[in-house]
Amino acid sequence: MKRVERTLGSRIGDYWLNPFAIVVVIFLLAPVFVVIPMSFSDSNYLEFPPRVWSLRWYHAYFDSREWMAATRTSLLAAFSTVLLATPIGFFAAYAIRNMAGRAGGILFGLLLLPQVAPVILLAIGVFFLYIRLHLVNSLIGIVLAHTALAVPFVVTTVSAGLKRFDFRLDQAARSLGASRLRAIRDVMLPQIRLSLIAGAIFAFVTSLDEVVVSLFIAGGDNTVLTRKMFLALRDQVDPTIAAISTLLIIVSVVVVGVFMIVSQRNVRRHNDNA
Amino acid sequence: MAAAGRRRAARVWPLAAPGVALVSLVSLPFVWLSLLSFVADGSLSLANYARMVENPSYQTIVLKTLQLSAVVTIVVIAVGYPTAYFIHTRSRITATVLLACVAIPFWTSLLVRTYAWMVILQRNGIVNGWLQDIGLIERPLRLSNSFLGTSIGMIHIMLPFFIFPLYSAMKQIDMDLVRAARSLGASRTKAFWQVFVPLSGPGLFAGSLLTFVLCLGFYVTPQLLGGGNVTVISMKIQENITNYSDWGAASALGVVLLVVVAGLLLGVKKLGARLEAQ
Repeated sequence: MKRVERTLGSRIGDYWLNPFAIVVVIFLLAPVFVVIPMSFSDSNYLEFPPRVWSLRWYHAYFDSREWMAATRTSLLAAFSTVLLATPIGFFAAYAIRNMAGRAGGILFGLLLLPQVAPVILLAIGVFFLYIRLHLVNSLIGIVLAHTALAVPFVVTTVSAGLKRFDFRLDQAARSLGASRLRAIRDVMLPQIRLSLIAGAIFAFVTSLDEVVVSLFIAGGDNTVLTRKMFLALRDQVDPTIAAISTLLIIVSVVVVGVFMIVSQRNVRRHNDNA
Repeated sequence: MAAAGRRRAARVWPLAAPGVALVSLVSLPFVWLSLLSFVADGSLSLANYARMVENPSYQTIVLKTLQLSAVVTIVVIAVGYPTAYFIHTRSRITATVLLACVAIPFWTSLLVRTYAWMVILQRNGIVNGWLQDIGLIERPLRLSNSFLGTSIGMIHIMLPFFIFPLYSAMKQIDMDLVRAARSLGASRTKAFWQVFVPLSGPGLFAGSLLTFVLCLGFYVTPQLLGGGNVTVISMKIQENITNYSDWGAASALGVVLLVVVAGLLLGVKKLGARLEAQ
């Protein structure tokens, strides 16, 4: 039955969409499939496919004190961003959900602002402020800015989770004597766990990948990885960056992939139980 | 009831206070800068804006930004819409595989993807190599360090942003309506264009607008893939501050960018509301 329905509704583009879809998939995946092999090249130049394979550029990366320092700063900033943005975003989404009338919608829009505003404007604004506060090139300054950029993602994912949450459970817990925090911790969090983790992953990736704001405020002793990569790329195309890029791709694909598999399994288990 | 709601709101809003404080931390300084852009030599003046009108290079930059965003948005719609539709019409397994192919670039850092395109499109890069091998061109094309290269990189970055929401919008469409049109004698093409496409209209429209607005603010990709041959608003703002410490000029240009972005978002929202009311 299902198959018949599909055929009826949608065979319109089949004939030309197939080759078209292949071209689109190649286009979408091309960067990943070029950068990864190239990072294992032995050449000084960027050749593809590499003629001689080696781990030379990985050594160049791991043996460089500067690249290692930038990596440390980036990871430190990303983990701190997760630790701050996840609870802040969660409580904001919780407040939005519990507000009556238009107040919730307005607050939601306000919190999404950093996501739609051109990032260069936020960057020069933060730079302007940090010069006065002596926060330029400080870790705390980087973490605060990155957290502000990450909060919208957490608010969006948690809000989606809270939409599915039955607030009568929260009311029941509290009428039975649980405090607000206890009701959140023992009743709500277990149910919206996946949305919260998704928000945390978004926060991590937002911080790790951020370039423009970091360009202004994350230099000196606290240079972050993306800033150093950007500046290196502006001068010359250094193959070390292929090695770093490969590692960054692996980190995000592994983190997101594991999450997807876990969440799929959870959804399936939930459906089985229902 | 309303009073009870208000009381409840009064009790929960402090929970949102840290979030609001952080958003203010990154947005209010630019509000301050935009006010300062109307001050020159200690008094109210439009000098920063007059300079933009007088200097033709600013107009070129604004036009180039609009042109780049328009080109990228049009190609993203032309490629993204059929792709989302294709995924929508596949079986569950095929759709999952295809969605993963969209998700991989989505989760790959923008900087890494821009770097990859620098490599692919460079003078002696893969694309030029293949085109020469099959004899289509004799000398390498100028793919990177150009408007074309910048567009390709930006299209690649915006495609997943466009496809994902459009695909979920398509999933909401009641396919029975398409089937009804077919059973009433509409051809496949007619059912697609006259029933499916209009039903996907709101999602398509919102996605296109968001693509265009996000393109207006691009910095990294034009900077790296444009190779100095493409200057967009964001780059000029950065240059004004980093090279000349000219906060007035940078802020004034920023205000122009903000007005265009906010105008588009708010204006279109109003238009949408009016259309819906009809």
